[in-house]
Amino acid sequence: MNFLRFAVRRLLEMAVTLLGASFVVFGAMYLAPGNPASFLLGGRSASPAALEAIEKQYHLDDPFFAQYFRWLGNVLQGDFGRSLQYRTDVSELLASRLPTTMLLVGMALLIVVVLGLALGRFGAVRGGAADTTVLVGTTFAIGTPSFVAAILLQGLFAVQLGWFPSSGSGSGEGFGSMVWHLTLPAVALALYLVGLLARVTRSAMLEAMEGEHVAVARSRGVPERHIIRRHVFRNALGPVLTTAGLIVSTLLVCTVLVESAFSVGGIGQLLERAATTKDFPTVQAISLIIIGIFMTVNFVVDLLLPLVDPRITLGARSKA
Amino acid sequence: MTTLDIRGLRLRLPHTARPVLDGVDLAVGPRETVALVGESGSGKTLTSRTVLRLLPEGAVAEGTVEVAGQDVLTMTAKELRDLRTRTAAMVFQDPRAAINPLRRIGDFLTESVVLNKVLTSAAAEARAVELLEAVGLTSAALRRYPSQVSGGMLQRVMIAGSLMGDPKLLLADEPTTALDVTTQAEVVSLLGDMRERFGTALLFVTHDLGLAAAISDRVSVMYAGRIVESGPAAELFAHPRHPYTKALLDSTPDPDAPPGRLTAIEGQPPDLREELSGCPFAPRCVLATAVCTEQAPQAAPAPGNPAHTAACHHSDRLGTRLEGETVDA
Repeated sequence: MNFLRFAVRRLLEMAVTLLGASFVVFGAMYLAPGNPASFLLGGRSASPAALEAIEKQYHLDDPFFAQYFRWLGNVLQGDFGRSLQYRTDVSELLASRLPTTMLLVGMALLIVVVLGLALGRFGAVRGGAADTTVLVGTTFAIGTPSFVAAILLQGLFAVQLGWFPSSGSGSGEGFGSMVWHLTLPAVALALYLVGLLARVTRSAMLEAMEGEHVAVARSRGVPERHIIRRHVFRNALGPVLTTAGLIVSTLLVCTVLVESAFSVGGIGQLLERAATTKDFPTVQAISLIIIGIFMTVNFVVDLLLPLVDPRITLGARSKA
Repeated sequence: MTTLDIRGLRLRLPHTARPVLDGVDLAVGPRETVALVGESGSGKTLTSRTVLRLLPEGAVAEGTVEVAGQDVLTMTAKELRDLRTRTAAMVFQDPRAAINPLRRIGDFLTESVVLNKVLTSAAAEARAVELLEAVGLTSAALRRYPSQVSGGMLQRVMIAGSLMGDPKLLLADEPTTALDVTTQAEVVSLLGDMRERFGTALLFVTHDLGLAAAISDRVSVMYAGRIVESGPAAELFAHPRHPYTKALLDSTPDPDAPPGRLTAIEGQPPDLREELSGCPFAPRCVLATAVCTEQAPQAAPAPGNPAHTAACHHSDRLGTRLEGETVDA
């Protein structure tokens, strides 16, 4: 199957999935207990007339499908509606917070990729005590939830040593300040995934080392470091790449916890607050964006896999 | 100077009672083809791998293995790389497993000589094209991945790859076993052509006696880690002087013979966990006498033909006793 046909087919599939997801996202909030109108009133009792006015303004009294399709139509035009809590357009809220989250997730991803690959490779190539150290270290990393890591990091590096700020995102103080503020959150976010990726890399490399072609390359006088790079690490990339979808989705989910723990004003924190205050439009918008990012990453991985392993053809069904 | 000269090679592996190779002597002269024949586990593959010092983990080797006058067993890492790049190369059994499926064929061909700075990338590519054409492929194969060509073509690629560093010695370890029969003949004749054209010596490891007879100048027969018989191919097959060689020949199917049961060799080769005294073949041998289990036979030349040696106490009885005799299997 050629590249273009595959891409178009996958994009159509993504559109259908996203449509289904939008329905679930919208429906879930509709079914959730609590009424946005009462939240808007802030617990004050209001006259039936005022209540009716609010319901009219937010179309809360329309039938479910009418509400859904009105919302969907607006979303397709880039309008996510107005936040009930902040009384501003959701798209404006997102625009001011998305860069922070993107930087945080990007920094965490960088740590995960660099450290995860390096540690996995180190353990697999060195063996012995080095490998044991990697195994023990990754066990701790995998066993530490990101919010626990957040507290530990804050205690050590922010409170005790004072190297990094304990909270805030530093947005509006320049890029350097943002990186400085987001370092601890990024480490907390990355820790579990560094362990996971190191494990995946290590076992994929150990498996690749068993390949006869590795012994053959050695028999042809190829220097050892080139064998590791060209025949072992290269052949381990397939399994590593397939974990990319898992890595990105975990980052997006855990950023909610980490942003809250570090009071970083990104979309993760926004999602947490919006969910507790029944801020329908905001939760729906963020959920859709996260789903969209996740699907995009998997799409890109699918496109990249044939480049990593020429035996895989685009769109071929995997043999179960 | 002989291209390959193995003397008294003894190889011990961990957790074994006796050496897996026990005093192997083997020589291959320039441009000569020698077949190393034996059944599975006889040590023929291990012998050929020792020539490139591809030893199993924990193996201890004694004796000398000289390639073009240099002892492989005492080489430094640098010398060993040099040997593997430019002096001796191996054609492996299964090209599908031996060539990295994720890299292009051109990459396989050129990587060793380029990474060791024997040739520049441009020169290596030119040589790769030349060799691909020599083995009957075109330069288009350079850009292909191994999964895009057939097994026979891939074995041709393997042969071309072995010749990249212009080696003096080619080692072929059952190079046709993984291929189908029609491709086998092509690959064997190609190996012969390449040996001729590029002037290499060839050590051909096989369990196939017919193939050995067809390709080689001389044949060495291995059993339980020892060379039991060695000699010019035609002479050895016409007048075997070791009962094992004779039994192997008798158990080879002959299309001209009337149909009937094949003759098998009774018993099993000796286990590596057992110590051996005397001749390793004695328990399975129809000629065995008391001396065979007490004293290990030494290689001795045939009367009137010093090039033909056999390690058997009863070589001289073989011609008379076994002639026309059938052993019930």
